Amino acid sequence: MRIVVCLKRVPDTESVIRLTPDGTTIERGDLNYIINPYDEYALEAALQLKEAEGGEVVLLCAGEAEADSTLRKGLAMGADEAVLLQVPQELRDPWSTARLLADWLRAHPADLILAGKQGVDYDHGAVPGMLAELLGLPSATAICALERVADGVRVEREVEAGRERIRLPLPCVLSADKGLNEPRYASLKGIMMAKKKPLEVLESQATAEAEAGRLALPPARPAGRVIGEGAQAAGELLRLLKEEARVL
Amino acid sequence: MNIVCLIEQTGGLERGSAREALGLARRLADAAGGQVTGLVLGSLRDPATLGAWGADRVVELPALDGPGSSDAWSAGLADALDPLAPDLILLSASATGRELGPRLAARLGTGLVAECTELAWQDGQWLATRPIFAGKVLVTAPVNTKPALVSLRAKVFAVQEGGPAARVEQASLAGREMKAVVEEILAAAGGKLDLSEADIIVSGGRGVGGPEGFAPLEELAAKLGAAVGASRAAVDAGWRPHSQQVGQTGRVVNPTLYIACGISGAIQHLAGMKNSRYIVAINKDPEAPIFKLADYGIVGDLFEVVPALSRALS
Ligand SMILES: Cc1cc2nc3c(=O)[nH]c(=O)nc-3n(C[C@H](O)[C@H](O)[C@H](O)COP(=O)(O)OP(=O)(O)OC[C@H]3O[C@@H](n4cnc5c(N)ncnc54)[C@H](O)[C@@H]3O)c2cc1C
Repeated sequence: MRIVVCLKRVPDTESVIRLTPDGTTIERGDLNYIINPYDEYALEAALQLKEAEGGEVVLLCAGEAEADSTLRKGLAMGADEAVLLQVPQELRDPWSTARLLADWLRAHPADLILAGKQGVDYDHGAVPGMLAELLGLPSATAICALERVADGVRVEREVEAGRERIRLPLPCVLSADKGLNEPRYASLKGIMMAKKKPLEVLESQATAEAEAGRLALPPARPAGRVIGEGAQAAGELLRLLKEEARVL
Repeated sequence: MNIVCLIEQTGGLERGSAREALGLARRLADAAGGQVTGLVLGSLRDPATLGAWGADRVVELPALDGPGSSDAWSAGLADALDPLAPDLILLSASATGRELGPRLAARLGTGLVAECTELAWQDGQWLATRPIFAGKVLVTAPVNTKPALVSLRAKVFAVQEGGPAARVEQASLAGREMKAVVEEILAAAGGKLDLSEADIIVSGGRGVGGPEGFAPLEELAAKLGAAVGASRAAVDAGWRPHSQQVGQTGRVVNPTLYIACGISGAIQHLAGMKNSRYIVAINKDPEAPIFKLADYGIVGDLFEVVPALSRALS
């Protein structure tokens, strides 16, 4: 089975985000970058499928030149090869990203395409579904269970009423939620081997189509207030919730 | 101006998030001049009552009453939307909306504004605001596609009631092969309230100490009609299911009241709950970061404070 895992480079979730003075983008100089956490679940699922039935796992990233180190980390986890669709500037627009990825995937078809359910940077959660529609493939979003069945896969996803169980034929596009599995750490051997694995860089002139817009920091919450200590504060809390906040 | 809201339903009743979309659509249509159509994913028991929430017209799609299929449904919806000539399509950033929105966006060739928290019609264009970087930043950008396709974050937009009955129509859809098919919906244990729809959430963290430590939180939640949430530490320890995790890699919630018990207030947890209207923190460490944003903090042992709250409520 040939599995393509879409991988993205994002700022660490611990990051303090600062804006540039003109408010059009974020200050990126001092940020620490990681593999998008949801993509790690996707990659782990791919590696487990490969271990079970053979095949290859290819990493695909639309990103700037620096994303090559992110791809190396994915290779160290166990992927076989990586492709970087290198763009001059970060694509903040999922529609532009999805079309760029779809162009490559049309020329290099996969049996299964896996991705994280959303990038923890721009939080659209749109690329996997767009990709599926562009390629004419079935899809399931934010899966938390995955099982291989005779002619395809069976997945589960959290919905408001509980869990949906969905059956899909291959090829298809799946996006991963936390809970799908426990991503492995790269071993020392994996890190050494990753250096020799193929990483192809294809330059693209694709740019974001949607207007980037203006960024702002959200209004700060009022400073916190401690109203008391221990069990005896319970009565005062209920009084405040009823009379001041009026939420009870 | 034609505004179309995609109306999700369960058992013939529209979901609360659909009413929120209709409320916003009504205000926009009244401001910019236009009409609001509710396009139902299936059929409703009493479709004309959508008028009360803001719809001028309701179009039901009985073909979608059967099992879900994201590929067949997005194609069907695109067909059903075409004759409605929408300028703006609103859907919910719900499980269904997250499944259908991106596919529909690609099918219509429009792109998607996902998880929108503010939408205005200004100087002849849509101006949409959405949180990015887990809510650390807000971005406001014009949407220049026609139609504009926007998914709305739950519990952000106000519902409004009192409109007249809506006109009701039905539309049929061409039969289509379904590739991905929902085989079954496994109901949540005990029909529990979903976090994203709850008005009050009682959440527990590592301080709860173990699965049985959630019992007093469950009791308080039952008294308040609240849902129970958890920090990632409690989920990763196996004390609570993933569906209850609040935070950057869990659910993002907007309740009126969030009660954090034994949760320190890590940045990734705050990402999921800091837009709650009121935050209560119960923590025995007075230095816990959660106190920096709790409207009402109690320094103390949750195993004393939480039962005291339940007692005071009975
Ligand atoms: C990529 C990534 C994503 C993440 N996503 C999430 C996420 O979505 N959600 C999330 O929650 N976390 C997330 N985290 C984890 C986060 O960084 C914290 O580790 C986690 O939130 C800590 O959970 P906690 O507050 O329950 O535990 P702790 O930080 O250990 O805090 C426990 C608190 O309980 C208090 N306490 C102990 N006993 C008692 C008692 N008897 N009574 C009262 N108080 C008591 C302590 O004083 C302490 O403040 C993520 C981390 C990473 C790296």
